[in-house]
Amino acid sequence: MSRLLRRNKLAIFGFFVIATLTFVALFAPWIMPYDPAVQDLEARLRGPSWDHPFGHDELGRDILSRVLLGTRISMRVGAMVVLLSGIIGVLIGGFAGYIGGPFDTFVTVIVVNSLMAFPGILLAIALVAFLGPGIDRLIFALSVIGLAGYARLARGQVLKVKTLEFVEAARALGASGPRIFFLHVMPSIVQPVLVHASIGMAAAILLEASLSFLGLGIAPPTPSWGAMLNDGRSHLFDAPHMVVFPSAALVLTVLSFNFLGDALRDWLDPKSLKF
Amino acid sequence: MIAFLLRRLALTIPVVWIVVTLVFALIHLVPGDPVAQMLGEGAPQQEIQRMRHDLGLDRPLLEQYRTYILGLLRGDLGTSFRNQQSVAQSIAARYPATIELAFAAILISLAFAIPAGVISAVKRGTLLDRAIGVVSLFGVSLPNFALGPLLILVFSIVLGLLPVSGRGGVLHLVLPALTLGGALAAVTTRMVRASMLEEIGQDYIRTARAKGLPERVVLFRHALRNSLLPVVTILGLQAGALLAGAIITETVFAWPGLGRLTVQAINARDYPLLQGCILTISLSYILINLLTDAIYSVVDPRIRYE
Repeated sequence: MSRLLRRNKLAIFGFFVIATLTFVALFAPWIMPYDPAVQDLEARLRGPSWDHPFGHDELGRDILSRVLLGTRISMRVGAMVVLLSGIIGVLIGGFAGYIGGPFDTFVTVIVVNSLMAFPGILLAIALVAFLGPGIDRLIFALSVIGLAGYARLARGQVLKVKTLEFVEAARALGASGPRIFFLHVMPSIVQPVLVHASIGMAAAILLEASLSFLGLGIAPPTPSWGAMLNDGRSHLFDAPHMVVFPSAALVLTVLSFNFLGDALRDWLDPKSLKF
Repeated sequence: MIAFLLRRLALTIPVVWIVVTLVFALIHLVPGDPVAQMLGEGAPQQEIQRMRHDLGLDRPLLEQYRTYILGLLRGDLGTSFRNQQSVAQSIAARYPATIELAFAAILISLAFAIPAGVISAVKRGTLLDRAIGVVSLFGVSLPNFALGPLLILVFSIVLGLLPVSGRGGVLHLVLPALTLGGALAAVTTRMVRASMLEEIGQDYIRTARAKGLPERVVLFRHALRNSLLPVVTILGLQAGALLAGAIITETVFAWPGLGRLTVQAINARDYPLLQGCILTISLSYILINLLTDAIYSVVDPRIRYE
């Protein structure tokens, strides 16, 4: 990891932004300069100032505090989705690739193909629109969408790894099927899964913001960057700062995870035609 | 080639069936009673019963499924429960606007991506290459609901050059198409670059240079033509996704297309209309992927999937 960071400036940038975001997400309630729910109608739509560097929203709430707390929501949703979809997807896909047969057909046809037959955002919108809004349902919907990618990746990797000599050697030494699967095969597919997870985190954060923008994600008054952007849209003329700061936070976050994912991919595949 | 296309078509049929079934199942995912959700709190029980009967939700599940499939085969997507209009007609009225927007977005993204990708590949390792790399990664990371308002802010409010929203002449199309095509341009740039680098290293390019062809001819007539093959696939996949991405872009720009209709259906809890919209977008996505594969097999006769 340190070798990777030394070689790639963008990855260093991404790494530090992600470290800062994680810190902000963990300690947001103590860092926020103001209570993000407190309304000051006299200050509504007021632009940035020394006391309120990001200005106020339409209800006079402090935008900086809301952006900081929004970090917590984005990172929480992203991390939960990556964990859930990653673990379930890798296990399902890994098993399918390892044991083959009808289970493999089921996973490929039903889980992977049917989920990938929908554009991701459409399936997310469909699931949340019918399940109803709420953070748990949102995490569930995004995890369902995400797991197909992990399953396909893990299946492909396991199909490749299980024919390698070290797996045959383990089998020849009398290791049991589950032992070979969990101790030999799975650890060797961790690297590509990590690359997918880094880019998957960016995708999950973007999807959460998209759904919140459409009013399908996090319910108010909890601040979400997507919902803040939606609120700001109707004040583009009189309070553009309402759009600029949540956009910047979102783009910086997604960009950082993409930088890190790109650098990880280049690092793992030095022959790739990287920028 | 015909055998390949028929096999590809045969593989599409189960996917279409799965999509249709999942869309049918969506209304049964609604927690509690979907009819009570549609009518809102405090709706009289009699009204709920009548609506449930009208939508066929009081019949056994298999019978509902059979009716749904038979209806689809006749082109009947049900009736909107808000305005009692045919869902198929509502969608047909909005579909052209979305196609127009998606088409413009593809054109704009290609107009950026092909030159940028070629320059980036030819100038590999230079500052320009790196700059294009960062800009394209930025494009991938900038969601259209952030890009849209920012473009409105700059081009409509500050510069006063373009209209804020709505559908009208070509000027109305510029900002929504830029917004929708931004990410596609970024992805395609990266693809063109990688593909060009691959081609530039081939023997036939060395031969073309050795026989004294000008570099412009080598790059554009030889390398670019071949490097666009994989780009067609990406473009096909992305074009399908554009239809889904249009849901947000159309909301930002009040563009009267299928995406906006979807959001209106969500806000009105008009589940039959929402199912129709989701089904139409998904089937369009599958159809575009099928067409992409067909075009790919025509353009590159070496392609034959086993």
